[in-house]
Amino acid sequence: MTHDNKRFVARDRNSHPPAYAPGYKTSVARSPQQALVSMQQPTVSELTGPDFSHMRMGPHDNDLLLNFRQDASQGGLPQGERIMMFGRVVDQFGKPIPHTLVEMWQANAGGRYRHKNDKYLAPLDPNFGGVGRCLTDEQGVYRFRTIKPGPYPWPNDMNSWRPAHIHVSVTGPSISTRLITQMYFEGDPLIPLCPIVHTLKDPLAVETMIGRLDMAHSKPMDCLAYRFDVVVRGELQTYFENQ
Amino acid sequence: MKQPNSQPTSDLMLRETASQTAGPYVHIGLALAAAGNPVRDEEIWNEMAKPDAEGEHIEVVGIVIDGNGDLVRDAFIEAWQADANGDYQADYDLSKPFNSFGRTATTFDRGSEWSLATIKPGAVKHPSGQLMAPHINLTLFARGVNIQLQTRLYFDDESEANAQCPVLSRIESPARRQTLIAKREEVDGKVRYRLDIRLQGEGETVFFDF
Repeated sequence: MTHDNKRFVARDRNSHPPAYAPGYKTSVARSPQQALVSMQQPTVSELTGPDFSHMRMGPHDNDLLLNFRQDASQGGLPQGERIMMFGRVVDQFGKPIPHTLVEMWQANAGGRYRHKNDKYLAPLDPNFGGVGRCLTDEQGVYRFRTIKPGPYPWPNDMNSWRPAHIHVSVTGPSISTRLITQMYFEGDPLIPLCPIVHTLKDPLAVETMIGRLDMAHSKPMDCLAYRFDVVVRGELQTYFENQ
Repeated sequence: MKQPNSQPTSDLMLRETASQTAGPYVHIGLALAAAGNPVRDEEIWNEMAKPDAEGEHIEVVGIVIDGNGDLVRDAFIEAWQADANGDYQADYDLSKPFNSFGRTATTFDRGSEWSLATIKPGAVKHPSGQLMAPHINLTLFARGVNIQLQTRLYFDDESEANAQCPVLSRIESPARRQTLIAKREEVDGKVRYRLDIRLQGEGETVFFDF
């Protein structure tokens, strides 16, 4: 199969944080100083990527209320605000991306991750793991059921706090469309104070990461819904010979 | 009426969702065993080639070093490579002997190496029609890395192919090309290639935009 007539819209680096963003201190020693080398003519190695549509997902892989419960007979459920997080994965031309892998991870309601290096004061929740994954459907839609994560302090400035957020990883059709981002929650007063959010200079770029409260999709007497659409790079076909 | 979180850049296009760092706890989401957490039935991990995969079986290892010369212990890396015949096996299926995609991470122990069990890839054609030297595309995420860093690993025993590779030749400085070339070692009769990734400063690895 030839991929020579396929390409992706060039990544607009102004829509992303720069590697060196000194307000986020860890980036200082982890950012390349040399310019990126532009490939000009991406090859099959960059234009293709893994297809996970045949991977077997577990029955609760996208349900964080159930996928780590310790004792189902005791009815154990995680602490916190029950929410549904959902949205559509589309490309920059609005084309839905079906059957693509969406992965997410998050802290529990107290702001603590189930990770051996997280030593925050807030306790682990015995019924909460904090990881989910699913494939988008035919229309590019994904859904997770979870609890709203808590904010937590972290060592950056003397008193830095992360706003509540869920890490989101999307594959898309190629390694060129690979994207890891974070969903924040509409209205959270910690968003404008966060040094990691501030790595982005353009307020519209920040808007792309803010999940919207969606009352229409919330479930009465059960859970609120937050909608978070993810846009990956657009795929172009070139129709004419380059001669 | 509330607007969606996606943002138009013009009447014709949407802005790509912004990247954010994968953070220090990326492992709980994408590398569960490395976080010390239970794994699911199927996980995407670093055994790209099973023993019955066609081709020369190799291990690929390395460390990641920051601008102070310190180990980056929380890096998460994705690999994408052709099979021994130079074809990409995109359909990820753990029952197959070989998958073109793999994931690995540096570790919290002293050595802090990432590693992949794979086969040496075959040569793949460049759009110009020339052959590219055998290579593995690597994508690196970590705390402090705001958007993924994309590089390629080449092999030091392919010097002739490397010298003619149209992508390696895109790198103006010949000295910098060397930052992508993994060194062959033989350990207990097994072939291992080592590539250390330097994020910043002296010997900084070449990272690509594509």
